[in-house]
Amino acid sequence: MKLHRIVRGLFLILFLGIFLAPPWAMAKRPIKIGSFLALTGPASFLGDPELKTLKMYIEEVNEKGGIDGHKVELIYYDTGGKAKEAKDIVKRLIKKDRVDVIVGGSTSGTTLAVIDIVQRAKVPLISLAGSIRIIQPVKKWVFKTPHTDRMAAAKIFEDMKKRGITKVALITGDGGFDKSGRAQCLDLAPKYGIEIVADEKYSNSDTDMTTQLTKIRATDAQAILNFGFGKAPAIVTKNVRQLGIKLPLYQSHGVASKKFLQLAGKAAEGVRLPAAALLVAEKLPDSDPQKKVLLAYKHKYEAKYGPVSTFGGHAYDGLFIALDAIDRANSLDRAKIRDEIEKTKNFIGTGGIFNMSPTDHLGLDLSAFKMLEVKNGDWTLVQ
Amino acid sequence: MLLDQLIQFLITGITIGAIYALVGLGFSLIYNASDVVNFAQGEFVMIGAMSAIFIYGAGVPYFVAILIAIFISMFVGVALEKLAIEQARNATVVTTIIITIGASIFLRGAALLIWGKEIYGFPSISGDDPIKVGNITILPQSLWIMACTALFVFLLRYFFQKTLTGKAILACSFNKKAAYLMGIEVKHMLALAYGISGLLGGIAGVLITPITYMTYGAGVMLGLKGFCASILGGMGNSMGAVIGGLILGIVESLGAGFISSGYKDAISFFIILLVLFFRPAGLFGKTGVERV
Repeated sequence: MKLHRIVRGLFLILFLGIFLAPPWAMAKRPIKIGSFLALTGPASFLGDPELKTLKMYIEEVNEKGGIDGHKVELIYYDTGGKAKEAKDIVKRLIKKDRVDVIVGGSTSGTTLAVIDIVQRAKVPLISLAGSIRIIQPVKKWVFKTPHTDRMAAAKIFEDMKKRGITKVALITGDGGFDKSGRAQCLDLAPKYGIEIVADEKYSNSDTDMTTQLTKIRATDAQAILNFGFGKAPAIVTKNVRQLGIKLPLYQSHGVASKKFLQLAGKAAEGVRLPAAALLVAEKLPDSDPQKKVLLAYKHKYEAKYGPVSTFGGHAYDGLFIALDAIDRANSLDRAKIRDEIEKTKNFIGTGGIFNMSPTDHLGLDLSAFKMLEVKNGDWTLVQ
Repeated sequence: MLLDQLIQFLITGITIGAIYALVGLGFSLIYNASDVVNFAQGEFVMIGAMSAIFIYGAGVPYFVAILIAIFISMFVGVALEKLAIEQARNATVVTTIIITIGASIFLRGAALLIWGKEIYGFPSISGDDPIKVGNITILPQSLWIMACTALFVFLLRYFFQKTLTGKAILACSFNKKAAYLMGIEVKHMLALAYGISGLLGGIAGVLITPITYMTYGAGVMLGLKGFCASILGGMGNSMGAVIGGLILGIVESLGAGFISSGYKDAISFFIILLVLFFRPAGLFGKTGVERV
């Protein structure tokens, strides 16, 4: 009985001790980075490398002593790629976990769903999703790191213009990525003096696109542009060769992976496509400012987890833009962090060199994309 | 030029249609044996293809890999019958169909765990160089698909009309109890039907993968198109499934070619609805025969 009382007394002192802790001990509380990622479900190929990257680099930062003496703490939840889950999670991150900044949203759908919530709660959000609608029109508290499909379309048209191509046949699938890409292509083409002479479509589960390509063959197109994702672009590439069409074939960044080369095989020779620099890190000239960052990220990630993807790179960019901003702000005040994120200048990331401004919450220009051509079954840089 | 286009559209249509037909054929066996539409048929196709890809990738010779893969999908078919269908032998046709839907979801999930979400290709039997006649091209693999489809139609026809086992399977579908009283082992006949369906699905998967590629989820769409082909032609009629598949493929191709590639699926579904409206049993199905 007596012992019990002593134990109770000790507890009381301990509890009081927490509340009575001196204010200087409070100032060094950990920096809380919140994240909501698609770790399961169809978009888990995005969330998986993103989480691995976040964990790996937060560990590294903490080993080096954190930011201004603050340790960094990652609080993350799985959205399964569902917008409704994302809403609940972000509310929880803000209200319960009281995070300082949110890095995440693997998909455009989950990000767009939470914009209203972070805007109202005034929490900075750096999204890892593709859609241009996340940052256009500009929302005060919302930023993003991946390049947009509009930039990919612009990069392709720029390259076509250099080769003197003015008439282009467009062929796209029925997925979200395809439709958005098609809309951007149709919108941008006139600005580059390019006329879209055919606008063919296929369904992403189709097994053969020779019908659409036969129609394209009958037009006066000087090049074919296929904006797509998954296996369909590989089938289109094969079908183009099968029909003996000699026109230059452009693909989007949606197929910028070794998988495409494997699937399309010989038919991929001569195909051009825009891609993030991470894919061709080794092939960049040494003078390229991004080369060092890219190789460092690639080697670190591959030593631990296997082949890199650009998606993990987006998480790297988002995390360090946030941490640099906190470092510069010398404060954990959300408004100050937001202001500093917006002032990000010459940040060399994996996706490109970021220069944000009050009107541009992405901060990448077309140099973030490299134009590649398939030669002898491998990528080569187009100068 | 327009004639060239028309012929190319037709050839493309036949190529696509042959794929649908080959998948559709698998439906007729199980339907003939038990009046059940097996919605896991697309998954048989996927399992055959995926097994072939991985066995071949492990260094096994091409044709041996194909044989093992076909055997695996046949085994999956028999296992489905033994472990799920037979356990619910007193269930109605509708319940059994729902069981096959469940089985298809299970098989897809298992494939996802075993093989992951990647897209895979498979080399074709005789190279990827198209055969060209003027402006018209066709892949040698398409010819293989057509040849195999024709062969299977012939074999299935022979099996059901000339062999005792085939007739026994048909008897099970007409009246289970009567068949049983006549000394037919209904259980074995069903297992046989599922096994052969798995085998057909596996062959279809191996043959079409060089053209279409394969993922763990590709069975859904292939199964659906194959199903459309067989209801268009008349469920349970193997010749009907082939004609249905070819019509579907040609309509899709011509619709995409001459009307709009954005609406080609809508056009083909419209044709299916139209046919089913006037001939509910399909083009070659027996209409108005009520079994007593």
